[in-house]
Amino acid sequence: MNLTESFLTALDSINANKLRSVLTMLGVIIGVAAVIALLAIGNGFSASITEDITSLGTNLISISTDRDNSNGYEALSLDDVAALANPLNAPAVAEVAASVQGNRLVTFGGQSTQTSVAGVTANYLTINNLDSFQLGDGLTQTDLDTKARVAVLGAVIASDLFGDTFPIGQSVKINGVSYEVIGVMVESGGGIGGNTDDNVYIPLTTAQARLYTDRTRTGQKAVSSISAQAASSESVEEAVTQITETLRRQHNLGVGDEDDFFIFDQSTLLETAGTVTAALTAFLGAIAGISLVVGGIGIMNIMLVSVTERTREIGVRKAIGALKRDILAQFLLESLVLSLLGGVIGIVLGWAVAVVAGNLLEVNTVIDPATVALSAGFAAAVGLIFGIYPAWRAASLRPIEALRYE
Amino acid sequence: MITMKNITKSYEMGTQVVHALKGVDLHIDKGEFVAIMGPSGSGKSTLMNVIGCLDVPTSGSYMLNGTDVSTLHDDDQARIRNKEIGFVFQQFNLLPRTSALKQVALPLMYAGVSRSERNQRARQALEKVGLGDRVDHRPDELSGGQQQRVAIARALAGEPAIILADEPTGALDTQTGNEILTLFQEFNRQGITIVMITHDPEVAEKAQRTIWLRDGLVVEN
Repeated sequence: MNLTESFLTALDSINANKLRSVLTMLGVIIGVAAVIALLAIGNGFSASITEDITSLGTNLISISTDRDNSNGYEALSLDDVAALANPLNAPAVAEVAASVQGNRLVTFGGQSTQTSVAGVTANYLTINNLDSFQLGDGLTQTDLDTKARVAVLGAVIASDLFGDTFPIGQSVKINGVSYEVIGVMVESGGGIGGNTDDNVYIPLTTAQARLYTDRTRTGQKAVSSISAQAASSESVEEAVTQITETLRRQHNLGVGDEDDFFIFDQSTLLETAGTVTAALTAFLGAIAGISLVVGGIGIMNIMLVSVTERTREIGVRKAIGALKRDILAQFLLESLVLSLLGGVIGIVLGWAVAVVAGNLLEVNTVIDPATVALSAGFAAAVGLIFGIYPAWRAASLRPIEALRYE
Repeated sequence: MITMKNITKSYEMGTQVVHALKGVDLHIDKGEFVAIMGPSGSGKSTLMNVIGCLDVPTSGSYMLNGTDVSTLHDDDQARIRNKEIGFVFQQFNLLPRTSALKQVALPLMYAGVSRSERNQRARQALEKVGLGDRVDHRPDELSGGQQQRVAIARALAGEPAIILADEPTGALDTQTGNEILTLFQEFNRQGITIVMITHDPEVAEKAQRTIWLRDGLVVEN
């Protein structure tokens, strides 16, 4: 009997025992679907986290006060910003921006809300990739120089306050003082850098004069954080060193003193996130792998039961002339077909689950062709490996004993 | 057709050795219809297994249709069974959930006959046993008598040298059993050699000749 006949016999047998066949496939279906779906979701998370981080700019460096080492004072001031902007101090730094932040009551007409109000330098929005506006424009150096009472609003707070009213040119009250709205930003949807859609941005000088009057230890007007942009992503490390040296000198810190500021850059964040997402993917992959092995053992179980249940059938087939290899081929092809079919159904199901889960979790799931190939290959291997023993047992049955089996 | 000389068969059962056949001499000609009778424990089943090439004798020689088959092993035995022997069992031994046509075509499939030819031959065999209108029926849709007819068609389809029937009427009522035996007589008249194993004298009467077996020896021929 040739292979085609063995294959058709296997198909006949699968078709004749539909329930058993479906149950056998179920393990592989779930295993393969789990591999595809979990890895797609894991890859999707990795991609979206990486994208979030890089969208912040990989050469962006944030500096903020370390209160534990600054006697409770704010540590950073506009003098520090000027010092960092000086190429003699920090040649690897291309651009420096500063902000001072807090929560204040913002009112328009009958609407009022407590939200984050930030005083920022003119280049702050540009450096932080926040310079896309649906209406109007950002802050200018003139606004800062004149301590103008102007405001740029995040997309969500703008629609909360104004509704259908056209916001540009309207006055909002912050802490009871009127500011003219000059710009509304596009919706960012939030990300790893926090949600900026509820933020209100006003000139730093205005904020320091009217809202946030904190001083540093030496009596200067304080800023909450400084954003420095390295000249390139390669020079981030160099820039961090230069910034540290410059700020220590600015703050008159002695050799043994701790830094009174934190420096945080995206490359460390990317590295950390990369480690975390790789661990996540490996973890999900391991779970999925275990379910595939369990599925394989399920196939072996059912095939073994099936050999016992079909002992008489095997006896009859041998009595009327089936060779050992005919029985072997039939049973092996049966488990191979079942696991491959289960693999294909599992791929389709896993893909569907990945798409649905991607929508629910708002992640772009990424189905890697290598994952598909891997799990299809694994399904075939499961069929072969876990099919060999039952097939060999079936083929080795002696016809007299098999015929006598009740 | 069948010539057996001094056939013995011994089994080890635990520590005991059972001598099931103790030197059987047997000759069956082409075209005969022979019944083999004997009480239980007489070695009937063992003899049937040896005749059917399901088992090899411990010693002695067995010529089947001109071939010495007393020393063959597994796959060669299977080929002889496929080519030379058609089995009919007491319990029919049809494959579950499989149509009559596929059952009957099965030995032809193992013989390597093409799909279209074996379906045609299977159909003819089913017509011969009077089931031409039941080719697509599965065993659970057929009566006991009809199932045994399918089994007979399966035994005939490969055009074997002999049909070996083991208690073919044992699971049927008397009337249906007689119909099956009549069918055997008809095929025998057409020249097919039939060897039937039974413990029922009434069934054995339908054969032309009865071979009696007792304690592993032929006692009356």
